[in-house]
Amino acid sequence: MNGERTVPSARHFLVIASLLLGDGAYAASLFDDIGGEAKLARVVDSMVARSLADPRIRDVFDNTNIDRFTRHLNGQLCEVAGGSCRYTGQTMAGSHAHLGLRMRDMNAVVEHLRDAMEENGVPFRVQNRLLALLAPMQRDIVTK
Amino acid sequence: MLLGLLGSAPAIHAEPLFESGRLLATTGVSQIEGAGGGGLVPWAVITGYGTRDAVGGNVHGTVVRTGNYTLATVGVAAGLYDRVELSYARQWLDTRETGRSLGLGAGYTFHQDVFGAKVRLFGDIVYDQASYLPQVAVGVQYKVNNRHDVLRAVGAKSDRGADFYLSATKLVLDQSLLLNGTIRLTRANQLGILGFGGDRNDGYRPEIEVSAALLLSRTIAVGAEYRTKPDNLRFARESDWFDAFVAYFPTKNASFTLAYVNLGSIAGRKNQSGVYLSGQLGF
Repeated sequence: MNGERTVPSARHFLVIASLLLGDGAYAASLFDDIGGEAKLARVVDSMVARSLADPRIRDVFDNTNIDRFTRHLNGQLCEVAGGSCRYTGQTMAGSHAHLGLRMRDMNAVVEHLRDAMEENGVPFRVQNRLLALLAPMQRDIVTK
Repeated sequence: MLLGLLGSAPAIHAEPLFESGRLLATTGVSQIEGAGGGGLVPWAVITGYGTRDAVGGNVHGTVVRTGNYTLATVGVAAGLYDRVELSYARQWLDTRETGRSLGLGAGYTFHQDVFGAKVRLFGDIVYDQASYLPQVAVGVQYKVNNRHDVLRAVGAKSDRGADFYLSATKLVLDQSLLLNGTIRLTRANQLGILGFGGDRNDGYRPEIEVSAALLLSRTIAVGAEYRTKPDNLRFARESDWFDAFVAYFPTKNASFTLAYVNLGSIAGRKNQSGVYLSGQLGF
């Protein structure tokens, strides 16, 4: 507008595409920025392995079917990040109510998610965008 | 059936008093008067890494060196159940060679004790990401200066006084951005180093203090702060303060902050800018 030329970038096209296609297309960009389905699966596997190896919270999973848990976690993170999966598990409140989790338990899992994302090369700012979407679940996850 | 549900609950561990359960760097650092926050501004965060079920604490030391003065602080603080913060800091301002021309003698030093208390009213900077709600806290800093006679001579009305503040801190996590606004009611001249109240203005004034920080990584944040200041003394103007900082959090037990500060005019010496260096050790 002031005579300067701006070189169109991928982001420009993404914004225009999202305006044409509606919210879904732009929201999908977090899922893409994380690295898509295969990357997310590696992140979730790493997060679960780290959590199970953590003496602070390992007990929480004593009565959990880990395969089902991993599958649901994939579905949930994928859906939250705007991917085309759908989470089909219980509500957060329903699945966590009986566990009596405290803030330090949730923070421990968040640290493992961060470690898993870092290990898989997810950029810090992208990590924060995902964590921002997961943060509100704290109310239903932490019951003590 | 209820007993069956109880049977499936995890084993009960004794509740630890110290657990360093909060996330790295979400506690802020120690500001110049000893409260948890940025480098110059107190924030609504409670210091220490204890979650709402535990306590945390730390010690810190800060040195600020400008053209004519050195300001130093050492302090200790505790965070209780992510709800209450208590702090004590000892400050000193060394006038170095300028002490001579101020008629006080070279190396003349003011000392001040700052007793702080802060209460988090509501909000959680980490988990309140779905709303605009900030974390809000109120605090007090009761300050006692040791140079009663000199303070009278420069026009101050008292050698002790209390600051009252309200802070609102918001972490906009999806932008990796932290914002803080603080309103402080104060009569303190240069934090209280030059006494309280004065011959130009004497009553409590509201001052505005703001911080903004960008999280660059898990361990590093950069930011800037601005504090407005009162101007109570006829003998010398007082300026607003500014700093631009880098804070490094290698672990939950240590943090280091390096800043450029501009403190403006202090006791008649203008353009007091220089380096700020602070370290905090704790849990």
